[in-house]
Amino acid sequence: MNKVRYHIRHDTTYRYDQPVGESHQLLRLAPRDLPWQQCVAHRLEITPEPTHSRDFVDSFGNTVRALHFEADHDLLSVRSESWVELQSRTLPPVEDSPPWESVRDMLRYQAGRRMDPDTLFATAFLFESTDVRLKRDFADYAGERFTPGLPLLAAVEHLMQRIFEEFIFDPEATEVSTPVTEVFASKRGVCQDFAHLMISCLRSLGIAARYMSGYLLTRPPPGRPRLIGADATHAWVSVFVPGLGWADFDPTNAVRPDLEHITIGWGRDFSDISPMRGVLLGGGGHEPEIAVTVVPEDEFAELYTDADQPALALDPVPDLRISNG
Amino acid sequence: MPSGLIDAYPHSVDRYDEMLVAKGAPRPHWSAFARRLEVLSEKALEQRAAFVADAIESDGVTYNVYADPKGNSRPWEIDMLPLIISADEWRDLSAAVAQRARLLDAVLADLYGPQNLVSEGLLPPALVFGQRGFKWPCQGAVPPSGRFLHLYAVDLARSPDGNWWVIADRTQGPSGTGYALQNRIVVSHAFPDAFRNLHVQKLVGFFRGFQEGMARMAPTDGEAPLCVLLTPGPYNETYFEHAFLARYLGYPLVEGQDLTVRNDTVYLKTLRGLRRVHAVVRRLDDDFCDPLELRADSALGVAGLLGAVRASRVLMANALGSGVLESAALFGFLPGISERLLGEPMAMPSVASWWCGEPPALEHVLENLDDLVIKPAFPSMRMEAVFGHQLKGEERKQLIASIKAQPHAYVAQEWVRLSQAPVWTRHAERRLTSRSVGLRLFAAATPDGYIVMPGALTRVAPSAGIEVISMQRGGLSKDTWVQAEGPIQRSTLIKEKLGVIDLLCTGTDIPSRVGENLFWMGRHSERCEASARILRAALTRIAGGTDEIDQELSGLLLAASRIGALSDDEVDASDDAEEHRLENRLLSAVSDLGQPGSVASNLRALAINANHVRERLSSDNWHVLNRLETALKPSPVTLDQALGALDQVMLNCISLAGFAMDDMTRDEGWRFLILGRRIERLAGLSALVSVVLQASEPDRERMLEWLLEAANSIVTYRARYRRTPELLPVMHLVVFDTANPHSIGFQVQSLKRYLARSAQDLGHPMPPQIAGLERRLGRFDLTAFEVEHCDLACARLASLLSDAEETAYVLSDDVHHRFFIHTVQQSRLRSVA
Repeated sequence: MNKVRYHIRHDTTYRYDQPVGESHQLLRLAPRDLPWQQCVAHRLEITPEPTHSRDFVDSFGNTVRALHFEADHDLLSVRSESWVELQSRTLPPVEDSPPWESVRDMLRYQAGRRMDPDTLFATAFLFESTDVRLKRDFADYAGERFTPGLPLLAAVEHLMQRIFEEFIFDPEATEVSTPVTEVFASKRGVCQDFAHLMISCLRSLGIAARYMSGYLLTRPPPGRPRLIGADATHAWVSVFVPGLGWADFDPTNAVRPDLEHITIGWGRDFSDISPMRGVLLGGGGHEPEIAVTVVPEDEFAELYTDADQPALALDPVPDLRISNG
Repeated sequence: MPSGLIDAYPHSVDRYDEMLVAKGAPRPHWSAFARRLEVLSEKALEQRAAFVADAIESDGVTYNVYADPKGNSRPWEIDMLPLIISADEWRDLSAAVAQRARLLDAVLADLYGPQNLVSEGLLPPALVFGQRGFKWPCQGAVPPSGRFLHLYAVDLARSPDGNWWVIADRTQGPSGTGYALQNRIVVSHAFPDAFRNLHVQKLVGFFRGFQEGMARMAPTDGEAPLCVLLTPGPYNETYFEHAFLARYLGYPLVEGQDLTVRNDTVYLKTLRGLRRVHAVVRRLDDDFCDPLELRADSALGVAGLLGAVRASRVLMANALGSGVLESAALFGFLPGISERLLGEPMAMPSVASWWCGEPPALEHVLENLDDLVIKPAFPSMRMEAVFGHQLKGEERKQLIASIKAQPHAYVAQEWVRLSQAPVWTRHAERRLTSRSVGLRLFAAATPDGYIVMPGALTRVAPSAGIEVISMQRGGLSKDTWVQAEGPIQRSTLIKEKLGVIDLLCTGTDIPSRVGENLFWMGRHSERCEASARILRAALTRIAGGTDEIDQELSGLLLAASRIGALSDDEVDASDDAEEHRLENRLLSAVSDLGQPGSVASNLRALAINANHVRERLSSDNWHVLNRLETALKPSPVTLDQALGALDQVMLNCISLAGFAMDDMTRDEGWRFLILGRRIERLAGLSALVSVVLQASEPDRERMLEWLLEAANSIVTYRARYRRTPELLPVMHLVVFDTANPHSIGFQVQSLKRYLARSAQDLGHPMPPQIAGLERRLGRFDLTAFEVEHCDLACARLASLLSDAEETAYVLSDDVHHRFFIHTVQQSRLRSVA
């Protein structure tokens, strides 16, 4: 059985120009448990100590930590650490999926037709949302790859491939607030933009698609060591296939995620699942410093040797054999 | 003797007329009122019309109109003639409205709960999940009472056959109850006899029922319920109604920033501390209610409100997310839903509607466009309703193309030819004319079910032949008289006379925002005056220009920039070439809005603070504030003009200071105004005197004259000493003499007094710094100034004053944290003696 285990450290630091008197924050940083993913250990370390702190589960099943600070502070730092274990997913062969039109028609409303709970939930991911637009242009763009009778997953794979080939990865081109229509016009962006674009294309055709938030294992350039803080958060897309469930696609890398994509959670788009969202009283001028490190278990000890930057020990350090027993 | 008024009233045969059954023949429930109109002389009717208009004006009833070229509000317009509804008709109408409220409440409970309506195919997912109005963060939250819909409004129209149809549902924070109440107060006084004789039902019971319902359903945990009315603020179109209703219901009127959520509990920030809020009647749309989980750019909401909702710690009226029901596209699905959820058919139909998202409906719409009104299926589309028959040529083609491209975004409704009602016109030839009308009815939740307001807001089309009724477009409204089955018990609407028990000495629960604005109003007006004074001292010296004066000027400019009145620059004015530049610097210190410390900037800040506490300031106060606003208009371009403007500013600032002491009620809010003034003056004066003390000995003597001017103490000095200013007596007068209201000692003493009073009343510890400062001033040995070289004395006093300035800022921060934002201030690293 193919299994891997990763350690993820995700640091976010806000330095405020002026003291913040009161602040509410919502953190969506805890990796979800999934058939192929188990979050073996997770811990959040927050400075300063929040006045109130509470966990709840949002409408899409993601665990949220709600924080409230009532004392002046000019720095807020959040360190999220997780040990996550992945097993190889059984990726259904694309040919086994139903023709895409039948999926579209099945999700379409018909008076009096009952929906099973999975389908009901999928219909939440069919429409416009904060960062996703439904447009004829998007439908046309996707439509060229959605030829009649094509199995849904084959069509989605073609669309993913097309976006990968025609769009340029360019961190300078967009910001968090860049609308998907602009990304479509400029053909440039980052993983988040490509995910929003692909979702917009799929939903414009009547296919249910959701936004996946998580991490990606990266490989250091040949001959170079792995560095702490060299990674980033990642985003990809998941598509609803009746009978099979949800299937993931990563348009930024043109791959179907398997053992190198670690899922935090999902929503209709980024704004549903942004890792950190807050409201401040006071403050001002605050771009966060973010550092993400994803490391396979066998490289963990090697990476975190520097005495100045020790990884916080997760106690007890999980053991593969024990956690499986 | 009949005046022929009714005979002359136009009756159209293809519309339902509310008053007439046929030309000249009133309906039975109108006949008494029609007779009354006929016997009144035209002059008597004119008088009543004038009475109604005057009453509206003197009550200040307004409806703010966005982008109104005439300004941002216009008077609410009422027609003096009521719309009368018979007891029989009312029985059916009210039952139907109560049922619809019950149904919509059940729909909300389903959509934010199990979503059976969607999974059973009774409601298309597009009309739920496709709506911005559906708020996923609210999914699963169960309101404290189980009720989602507490106040509901429905718009009705009557077709030519006499049947009523629902044309719109209002489920977020429906407006109109307050205007209906206002209309009633005015119109019932215009026709007191008719009002009594027609057995018109009172409205008061409805409001009492709503109030009691809120109190009983709120999660109070045994506390006395505190309910607030949340408004977007004075710029909202129906702000008048928010203020009117809040007063009528006895609820504090609050803006988002007045509330804070701590540990999933909502609190009102008051000057006396945080008070738990158990229920919120909101007039804020869903999107704006919580920037943490809903629209992040909303400055109007309360961060964390949804957390309190999920924890069932606060009752929201209406529940967050209820806006999802405001789509007209739902109408076609409601009959099936009613059978499913209530097990009963709907008592009143919605106007026939076709949601284009269903292919057969789309087909029907495209074929019958002329008989239909096209509306957006999603209210967030901000599209106006379009009458199919009015669309020609290119416009028509475009609409059809849009509908075909996104059918699920459109809904078509049958075009209901609205019923007509009589309207009194002042200027037309024919006094009684007919206009299209529609009703807005209201229902409120109580623990025992929905009650319906026995009355309505009757909305009238702005002119004859116009079919769209919208207050936003300048519509007229009417009082609505619902007849009772029998005589009415005499009960008064509003308590006519107050008793001893109603007397209030101080306003309790003054929102912190009010205190904060008064505090800053105090600080800004004091700052305006201080800047104006020192800039005037500089300008008069430049105007007099001699060498000797140049030397005096450099210290003066240093002092002006030290208190922020002048932009930082080299303050050397001795160079002739610099003269022009200096003039410009001084002019911009007076009138440049882009410069943070300028007189103009401070005046603007003052105006903003004053606007937020408008209702607490007398009209005299307002006159002065208005004069201050015009003092710098047009901007002065010469030194003479600047001097004139500064004189105006100073004079009016002095008036404000006078009003503060003599014109305002000395409640808790007032105390913050004075605290602001004293704190600002303590900081400003300390800085000014320090500049003098830190100068070298020969320069120091040349600074005393302007110091006395800037400290407004020159007259006292001259009267006392009758000689040129000397260091010791000047220091005594502006620092130590507590009889001089412009001395540092005076500020310290009065700050101590107000803070002690505030500590006693509001139960907080006395800030320790102020007593220490007073002690040090008292112990200071003034004889040290008598020695030949008194540099040591100067340095010691300068250090004391530097601490005094620091203390002023510490006190300001302390007041801010303790009373305005209610957070903990971190202990500071700076040491304060």
